Amino acid sequence: MKEIRIIVCAKQIPDPEAPFSNVTVNVEKKEVIVDAPDVISPYDENALEAAIRIKEEVGGKITVLSLGRKVSDTVLRKTLAAGADALILIEDPAFERLDSNSVAYVLSRAIQKIGEYDLILTGRQAGDWDSGQVGLILAEMLGIPTISLARSIKVDDGRVLVEKTIPVGYEVVEAGLPALVTVSNEVGELRYVSRTRMMGLLKRPIPIPKWGSKDLVTDLEILKKVQLIELSPPPDMRRECAFIEGASPEDKADKLAAVFKEIG
Amino acid sequence: MNELLLLVESKEGLPDKTTLELIRGGSDLAKELGIDTSAVVVGHETPSLAESVASYGLKKIYRLEHPMLSGFQPDAWVGALEWLCRQIGPRIFLASHSFVGKEVAPRLACRLKTELTTDCIGLKIDPQDGLLIRTKPIYGGNAIAALKCAGLPQMVTVRKNIFEPMEPVDTRSELVDLVPDLDESIIKVRSLKIVPEEVVELDKAHVVISGGRGVVEKEDFDMLKALAAALNKSSGNVTMVGCSRPVVDKCWLSSDHQVGLTGSIIAPDIYVAVGISGAIQHLVGMIRSKKIIAINTDPGCNMFKVADYGVVEDYKVLIPALVKKLEE
Ligand SMILES: Cc1cc2nc3c(=O)[nH]c(=O)nc-3n(C[C@H](O)[C@H](O)[C@H](O)COP(=O)(O)OP(=O)(O)OC[C@H]3O[C@@H](n4cnc5c(N)ncnc54)[C@H](O)[C@@H]3O)c2cc1C
Repeated sequence: MKEIRIIVCAKQIPDPEAPFSNVTVNVEKKEVIVDAPDVISPYDENALEAAIRIKEEVGGKITVLSLGRKVSDTVLRKTLAAGADALILIEDPAFERLDSNSVAYVLSRAIQKIGEYDLILTGRQAGDWDSGQVGLILAEMLGIPTISLARSIKVDDGRVLVEKTIPVGYEVVEAGLPALVTVSNEVGELRYVSRTRMMGLLKRPIPIPKWGSKDLVTDLEILKKVQLIELSPPPDMRRECAFIEGASPEDKADKLAAVFKEIG
Repeated sequence: MNELLLLVESKEGLPDKTTLELIRGGSDLAKELGIDTSAVVVGHETPSLAESVASYGLKKIYRLEHPMLSGFQPDAWVGALEWLCRQIGPRIFLASHSFVGKEVAPRLACRLKTELTTDCIGLKIDPQDGLLIRTKPIYGGNAIAALKCAGLPQMVTVRKNIFEPMEPVDTRSELVDLVPDLDESIIKVRSLKIVPEEVVELDKAHVVISGGRGVVEKEDFDMLKALAAALNKSSGNVTMVGCSRPVVDKCWLSSDHQVGLTGSIIAPDIYVAVGISGAIQHLVGMIRSKKIIAINTDPGCNMFKVADYGVVEDYKVLIPALVKKLEE
């Protein structure tokens, strides 16, 4: 079978696992400030893992495409260390705070510039704006089949076979290539990348193309920004926690059983 | 341009609870704007569904009937809804932030060249320009954003439990039967089979015991199941086992067990978090529980900040002791 060309759209975001005490909302500037290093958005990591497994099975080439603000190739090089073959970064002040349609539009332009592809994978939703739209819109713009919430993906004979999570179990669906699939966490975590491998890759000069608006969008007018009218902190979730103390686990279990009796 | 259209979803042939919530929220918005509220029922041979929606005070119900619309095939549903929207040009389009809504709404919005805001928890009308002000949590719930977009229809998906479900009223809606213009060529994704699995409906439980990444062995979920069984027996409460996302990542439990932003959003009487640190994406799923009990070895973990009761202990020793005690 011919090797397949996969594009994985992966976004860099502030670590969504940061404890909420590390997140502040600047109401005046309408900005969320996260005191944590950037990471690859978790569902995008699932998408990359799915891509690597397909490559291991049928052979192919994986290109990671990332649009963002102050994109750090240190974070994104992890995708190369894990098994991607190429990384393309898209960065431009004109692309800041775009709405989902415009993000999908810029990505579609970049994908057309890349040229030939068989399969596009994205995460089911990003961990910053939690919108879950870009993958689906991108497929619409490119006019290709789209399958969402994949929990496993197989490529075979010019088609993609997906087990898609549905509320009553799963559904097996298929589409011809090229197609876009949004990937869910059931696919499994991105494989472990050792520090040595990562460091080695950081030292090696791998050309990483950086594209901006002049490479992709001739008419900036059509890009729309998110019209954010207000940003506020979430309601306070804290409660007063009564800690159950005890000399031994059994002792604590006794007291906890009493709590269940009292509140149950 | 003079109606608010909402997408009906059903469960066992009746409008589901989230649809009744949408009807309430939608009707209030429409009233504010002085426009009509209508609903669309998509399907094949589903006359009774439209009939039962007809008693909730909507002006019109569009029944989109077509053999290609039986079951949920996204390509066909998006095609049919696009066809309807082009016919009637709704001013506002609402869908639930459900499995169906999450899939259909972005694609539909793209085809109608309008903008969508997903997972909204608040909607109101800007009196100045009549646009919809959409409130949605971002960064997992760490911040709440209010947004506005131009474009028609004004389109959103709404999180469940945001509005009170609508009650039936005396008047009946007008039923409009339509056969959308669809042909097989729009189906790009073919469904080969549906494999039903045993699923838990966590929102039906009084007590949910969830395990997280701190539960280090798959077999240890048997401990949680034993605790659920013991609580079931001792209190008569319906007790179910849930989990945080890493457990689903490891394929130890199916995704219907997952509590949180991309899992179920629940509010049981008692929620027990075992080995769960309390990431915001998990908290949004369970924070409305009446009582929260956390079991964790790390006294500094976030879950203790939102819990009513906390036990700093290794679950491996605590849970078996607790089960024993409850069974005495
Ligand atoms: C867009 C997006 C959507 C997401 N949606 C969800 C979602 O719906 N649901 C969800 O849960 N997560 C979701 N997440 C993931 C979330 O950010 C966290 O990764 C996840 O909730 C962490 O799970 P955890 O608390 O089980 O694991 P961890 O954070 O690793 O916590 C494990 C805890 O176990 C404790 N522990 C370890 N050993 C023991 C022991 N022997 N006894 C007792 N305690 C022990 C540790 O102290 C620690 O507190 C989402 C993330 C993103 C970005």
